[in-house]
Amino acid sequence: MVNMMIDGKKVSAPKGTMLLESIRGAGIAVPTLCAHEAISRSGACRLCVVEIKKGNRTRIVTSCLYGVEEGLIVDTKSERVLNVRRLVMELLLARCPESDVLQKMARDMGVEPQPRYAVDTDKGKCILCRSCVRVCEEVVGVSAIGLFSRGSYKEVGTPYNEKSDVCIGCGACVYVCPTGHIEMISTGDKRKIWGRTFKMQACSKCGKFFAPVDQLKFISKKTGTSMEELSVCTECR
Amino acid sequence: MTKPISVAAKTRQIVKKHGGGKSAMIAVLQDIQEAFNYLPKEALKTAAKAMNVPMSRVYEAATFYTAFSLKPRGKHIVKICKGTACHVRGAAILQDRFETTLGIKPGQTTADGNFSLETVNCVGACALGPVVVINADYHGQVTINKVDKIIKKINEEGAQS
Amino acid sequence: MNENPDTQARQIMDNLTLYYGPKKKFVAICAGTGCRASGSLKVKEALEAELKKQNLGDVDVLATGCLGFCEKGPMMVIHPDKYFYQHVKVEDVPEIISKTVAKGEVISRLLYRHPETKKTLFREEDLPFYKKQHRVVFGQNGMIDPARIEDYFAINGYQALGKVLSEMTPEDVISEVKKAGLRGRGGGGFHAAVKWEGVRRAHGDPKYVIANGDEGDPGAYMDRSLMEGNPHSVIEGMIIGAYAVGSNQGYIYVRNEYPLAVTHLSIAIEAAREMGLLGKNILGTDFSFDIQITKGAGAFVCGESSALFASVEGRAGEPRAKYVHAVEKGLYDKPTVLNNVETWANVPLIINRGADWYNSIGTEGSKGTKIFSLVGKINNTGLIEVPMGTTLYEIIYDMGGGIPNGKKFKAVQTGGPSGGCIPESLLDIPVDFDKLYEVGSMMGSGGMIVMDETSCMVDVARYFLEFLKEESCGKCVPCREGVRRMSDILEDICAGKGREGDVELLETMGKAIADGSLCALGGSAPNPVLSTIRYFREEYDAHIRDHRCPAGVCKALIRYSIDAEKCTGCGVCVKVCATKAISGEKKKAHVIDKDQCTRCGACIQSCKFDAINVK
Repeated sequence: MVNMMIDGKKVSAPKGTMLLESIRGAGIAVPTLCAHEAISRSGACRLCVVEIKKGNRTRIVTSCLYGVEEGLIVDTKSERVLNVRRLVMELLLARCPESDVLQKMARDMGVEPQPRYAVDTDKGKCILCRSCVRVCEEVVGVSAIGLFSRGSYKEVGTPYNEKSDVCIGCGACVYVCPTGHIEMISTGDKRKIWGRTFKMQACSKCGKFFAPVDQLKFISKKTGTSMEELSVCTECR
Repeated sequence: MTKPISVAAKTRQIVKKHGGGKSAMIAVLQDIQEAFNYLPKEALKTAAKAMNVPMSRVYEAATFYTAFSLKPRGKHIVKICKGTACHVRGAAILQDRFETTLGIKPGQTTADGNFSLETVNCVGACALGPVVVINADYHGQVTINKVDKIIKKINEEGAQS
Repeated sequence: MNENPDTQARQIMDNLTLYYGPKKKFVAICAGTGCRASGSLKVKEALEAELKKQNLGDVDVLATGCLGFCEKGPMMVIHPDKYFYQHVKVEDVPEIISKTVAKGEVISRLLYRHPETKKTLFREEDLPFYKKQHRVVFGQNGMIDPARIEDYFAINGYQALGKVLSEMTPEDVISEVKKAGLRGRGGGGFHAAVKWEGVRRAHGDPKYVIANGDEGDPGAYMDRSLMEGNPHSVIEGMIIGAYAVGSNQGYIYVRNEYPLAVTHLSIAIEAAREMGLLGKNILGTDFSFDIQITKGAGAFVCGESSALFASVEGRAGEPRAKYVHAVEKGLYDKPTVLNNVETWANVPLIINRGADWYNSIGTEGSKGTKIFSLVGKINNTGLIEVPMGTTLYEIIYDMGGGIPNGKKFKAVQTGGPSGGCIPESLLDIPVDFDKLYEVGSMMGSGGMIVMDETSCMVDVARYFLEFLKEESCGKCVPCREGVRRMSDILEDICAGKGREGDVELLETMGKAIADGSLCALGGSAPNPVLSTIRYFREEYDAHIRDHRCPAGVCKALIRYSIDAEKCTGCGVCVKVCATKAISGEKKKAHVIDKDQCTRCGACIQSCKFDAINVK
């Protein structure tokens, strides 16, 4: 265990854990958009920044990636920290003016849109947190989507914006997306996502359409479980 | 004449040359571009398969680096250096001239496929700025007059051959 | 092995000095990228043909790497007299051979003429450009053909490696480099020995040694000239570093735009392998090390260490948060030493001449020399190597010869897109890592772009932010979105659409972007804006409040007109004008139609009478 001071409170935390968990454990709220328990952390959104002091040196770090350290003094609401968070929120509001999630978050943080920034109309609700890409690679294991181009041109999608032949239509990307940018439409025996339409499997017991056939085939191939066994929805199992 | 080798076969050859390991991805893409003057979709798909790397990762690398082009490029590639030394010596004026004369913006190719216009962040020939690199030739202290002459010369050579 | 491997290494090294370098009489013709662009390879061919023709078989022609004074190319130095000729053409070659090479006579039209005294100067070291330089790293370029390892042997090449392998422990090497005070030449100025020590101590196997040759700062090309001109010095430095930290595998990451550097490095690596200086059991010892070249593909951010690792690993070059340092988890998450090309080239020098010699050069905190590229609005453009602590004034006026065309100096930009612009009032600061940082700029890799009164500082800030907008990897919000918004605002200001409060907003954004970005690219991206606001605030105000660009650069804020007094009516401008905005009778003063004029600059460039006014 290591001992730290967070916003004047004594906090101890197990070695090897991240600052974000200790801060939240101490009952202090820290906004985040890209940290999701299902996937590895990238430090892309920068909302979780805090100011740390070690000896005489202070610096701004992302608490989601910074490991706890003995004797660390942490300030989660210093002026520098709040300035970074305000900037990030203003920038995201200008990028995704339609996002209700961002609007609520900004309101909670007391951040108003910066009128000097012309709002974008072509980015949808995507903040490029990369959670979808990571879940597709790390959890699902198909890497159907990626982050293409760079800088302000960066976008999430399938290669060449084509229908992906490796996507299994599982919708994990939709599940982890913090702003609801990714569109998935399920109607009866069909599900549409990333421009491709998937056939849904009906549960052999209750008849409910519960998963794309391609996803079940993928699981079957990976685990050796028969398609027959997999054709029962989780509720009827 | 020998039969031209297919895009897929050539790509597999390139992957093999680099040993097939994932770390060779950038080098493989460079060789593909060298072979075809751009990165054909078929080549990327073949490389992804041959190297056992998801296509999305290959496409990420192909779109991240500016040296790669996903579109076929022209016979002559004009690269305008936009390094700081060239900038303060008037590179923007040259870019304007190339754009108006060729009728294309950076990243585009003329309809006849003769020229592609590109910008580069610094070719490291700063003492000669402003610099324009055409194919592999460096042109230093380029003026608007020189731009016109260079284009004219290439067009004439093209007409002769 | 019977022999003690250390003694054997010494013996092999001693024998290397038996290799001949160039013959006593030789012509060193610069074949660096700059001189090649000016036609030096044709001159070289002519030299070889002419020597044959005139039966002068005992004279060597050396196609050397960059000699630094690129603007004067093609240039050559004729040994042993060391006469320096500039702007040499193929037509000059027969005379050079028959007079200078054969008889030692000087051809005065090819000599450098002092711009003030008008005296012709004979030798390199007499030229003001070279006189105050201290070319311990870069100067060797002129003595070797980079494609011939024996030339490098002839200037004591690989002797430092021999010394290290036969007399020094890895700890000795590290402590010598530490004592020398060598700091990284790539930008940050981190102490090289501290990194080395970290990797030596780190757990993890294998360990990697990398030379960062991704010289991304626009306006800097010293690393290019070292890789092209003296590749073995970089390789030797890396081998020594690898021995010190216990690594067997090295990489040189070279920018995509530097094809000649790749060629010369490849030749050098192959030659070093053949000589047993790279590969298994180097010089018969049990130390093995090899080097592989990795080419970049056009991404400025790959100069950042974690992005460079991603690129070497075959992925898009995105940085990652570096709370665990590369000395512990670098390439493939293994302990890695990453030093810049110039840093590596300093290493053999430190070993050969000793830490005490090395640390006698430079300032308190910055030791040794630094190579700068002195470019932009300056008379003598090229690469210079000076002791740390030389003042900006000495560099710009004594070596650089001041500003051309009687214009007034305005600023010097150092540190590339991460650096800042330094005004005239600070020209007497000694240049070193700490001092440049103090004044709001940084060393970077050593670009010095000189700007005069015709350079607009708001435009310069706009230029750098546009550059960074294009080069941001796009991973984190402050850099991807923030730099783009800063760039938009600067774009507005230059277009006359700036608003009251923009400067203050840029400052606030700049601070938060610097604090909040994931890597050093974003962390330093606001510098060009913040430093120009700090020193040239009045130019911002002129753009925003008066809709005026004092330097006459920002197109939306300027008008072209023709000075009727100066115009001779020659009609040249009419021909070059793309929009047909200029008209007038022959031999009478012309006029510009302000509505048609796009202010492209074609008329200004073509007018021989300086008759176009910009306001």
